[in-house]
Amino acid sequence: MTGLSEFAEAIAKGALRVVDLTHTLDPDFPVIILPPEFGQCARFRMEEISAYDHRGPAWKWHNISMSEHTGTHFDAPSHWISGRDVPYGSVDEISPDRLIGAVVVIDCSAGAAENDDHELTVEIIHAWETEHGPVPRDAWVLMRTDWSKRRGADYLNMRDDGPHSPGPTPDAIRYLIEERDIRGFGTETIGTDAGQGSHYTPPYPAHFYLHGAGKFGLQCLNNLDQLPPTGALLVAAPLKIKGGTGSPLRVLAVVPS
Amino acid sequence: MTDPLAPPQKKNPQKRSTSPTRPPELRSRAALGLSAAAAEGRFALQQCSECGTVQYPPRDACHACLGTDLPWRDQDPHGTLLAETTVRTSTRLYFRERAPWRVGSVKLNAGPVILCHIHGDCPREGEVRILNRLDRSGQGVLLALPIERTQNMEDDPVMRSLSCDPNHRRVLVSDGRNPNALALVEHLFKAGAAKVFVGESETWRPNPAGADLAAAGAEVLSLDLTDTASVRQLAGEIGGKTDILINNARFLRPGGALARDDTAFAQQEMEINYLGLVRLAQAFGPGMCARTSDGVNSAVAWVNILSVYALSSDPGFGCYSASNAAAYSLSQSLRAEFRDSGLRVMNVYCGPTEDEWYQLLPPPKVTPAALARSVIAGLQDGLEDVWCGDVAKDIRERWRRDPKILEREMTMGQEEA
Repeated sequence: MTGLSEFAEAIAKGALRVVDLTHTLDPDFPVIILPPEFGQCARFRMEEISAYDHRGPAWKWHNISMSEHTGTHFDAPSHWISGRDVPYGSVDEISPDRLIGAVVVIDCSAGAAENDDHELTVEIIHAWETEHGPVPRDAWVLMRTDWSKRRGADYLNMRDDGPHSPGPTPDAIRYLIEERDIRGFGTETIGTDAGQGSHYTPPYPAHFYLHGAGKFGLQCLNNLDQLPPTGALLVAAPLKIKGGTGSPLRVLAVVPS
Repeated sequence: MTDPLAPPQKKNPQKRSTSPTRPPELRSRAALGLSAAAAEGRFALQQCSECGTVQYPPRDACHACLGTDLPWRDQDPHGTLLAETTVRTSTRLYFRERAPWRVGSVKLNAGPVILCHIHGDCPREGEVRILNRLDRSGQGVLLALPIERTQNMEDDPVMRSLSCDPNHRRVLVSDGRNPNALALVEHLFKAGAAKVFVGESETWRPNPAGADLAAAGAEVLSLDLTDTASVRQLAGEIGGKTDILINNARFLRPGGALARDDTAFAQQEMEINYLGLVRLAQAFGPGMCARTSDGVNSAVAWVNILSVYALSSDPGFGCYSASNAAAYSLSQSLRAEFRDSGLRVMNVYCGPTEDEWYQLLPPPKVTPAALARSVIAGLQDGLEDVWCGDVAKDIRERWRRDPKILEREMTMGQEEA
């Protein structure tokens, strides 16, 4: 195969840059909050097994625990009821060639700065396509909001009527799936849907349409402001969990320097 | 009157902290009945079931009729001070460090003459009432008080040593999200607490009570009992000035093992109600144990707020009861681990509380204020076991009478037509 050694050399020499789109797995990183009578997403936790001490003199290691949907994580089709019968719908069944691919970034950061409930609409996608050309088939589409720069309570942005954070409208997500046949959709917020996404029809449209169509989700992404609108490569390989509906993962993008 | 305790000075960093010493702990098995009564703040002595003679000191056979059935019964605590002396030195380090110490004999209205500690405000040869209190070894000892309250009487050095009074002390309340946190903070300040720290988990989501806690004067600090690193970090910061720790953290979901198809809630109950206590004890226990003789604001008490169903399960809250049974068992082993230092473990057993998870249960339910009053009173009286509310008191009685009958009553099936 041609080009691979040049690719490696370009990374080594800095002609291509690897951008880490991942947040650190941290016990204090927010997770989605559901009404308390529902099952909840487990927070990331770490317990020391030994630290070069009487529990194990020459080694340090930890036991860790978390949900499949904690931290920067991948949603497989089987995560949602609409995708429960999708073939190869769990993380262990996804073909490895689908874990590396092209990525485009739609910048919604200006709108999100003004409005916590900012929506990615079909019009915004059209405007983006006017400038950058059609969203390529089988590409990842990431919605940049700079939400990853928020810290503490501002990130989940929970109020008495639920969380407030940007996300796509039902029409926008259908457009990306039906007209552009994307591979998956990713956000910087806690979910692929808006904080108030339960009030759309259908509720949580990104989850509902993406996974029903066998597409993937990425959320809690970081550093999207370092990606170009087009021309980057995304590496998003979830852990191979048997029957897993998702997985925390290290998401990397390769971009021209 | 007693001279009021002056607020303690800030610690001199060049001075070594005083190591804990203890009064003698050894007792005969017969004498432990006094400690058991003191653990609940009751004054009890053995009374012969055959001739009715009240016994002192505790013994195995009646001094009047040699009968051997000598159950402990609550007694009239009043009597007359007969003779007294002031001990000015002792070979026992605990008393040596605290001399002078007033002791004497009291003729009880109930019959016997007892030996006891004497409060500084007791008039010579006057009428007194007797308290049965746990000393720093956790054993019941008797203290004579004046009949009428005197000013600042709690500040008498002997009386203070036989209590866990929050006055001038610094308290950590572990869970600022529990609906009872605000009442605890307010009552602690009312009881003279110098400082109240309140732990708050998951600062990335709103705590509706957070502003009220701060407005009440509490210092709200990040603490998550499910996260070992978080518990250790807070212990690193304030472990050396935590005199009383009140663990009010609770995770509660209704149902027994068959209520759900998974272990998620049961696991969370163990994580917070049981392992949370383990983490707190590992992080805060050693530092508190080292400071039990550290002057006016020495470390004195570790408080667990438990469901009374720790003793006998309520199947409607089966998994929650199980997690509390685990915490109850651990509290007993903590007593053993803390005993050498004199740090008291006080369990407050609560019936259903007035909050969202007991919504469907009928009253009586324990309000936050009632719980806070029980906690403060228990600390002031130096108790080990506090029963808060009618349900808890009822369960205690039935549990003591016959645990199996109580279990059978708690687990009755539905009657068919």
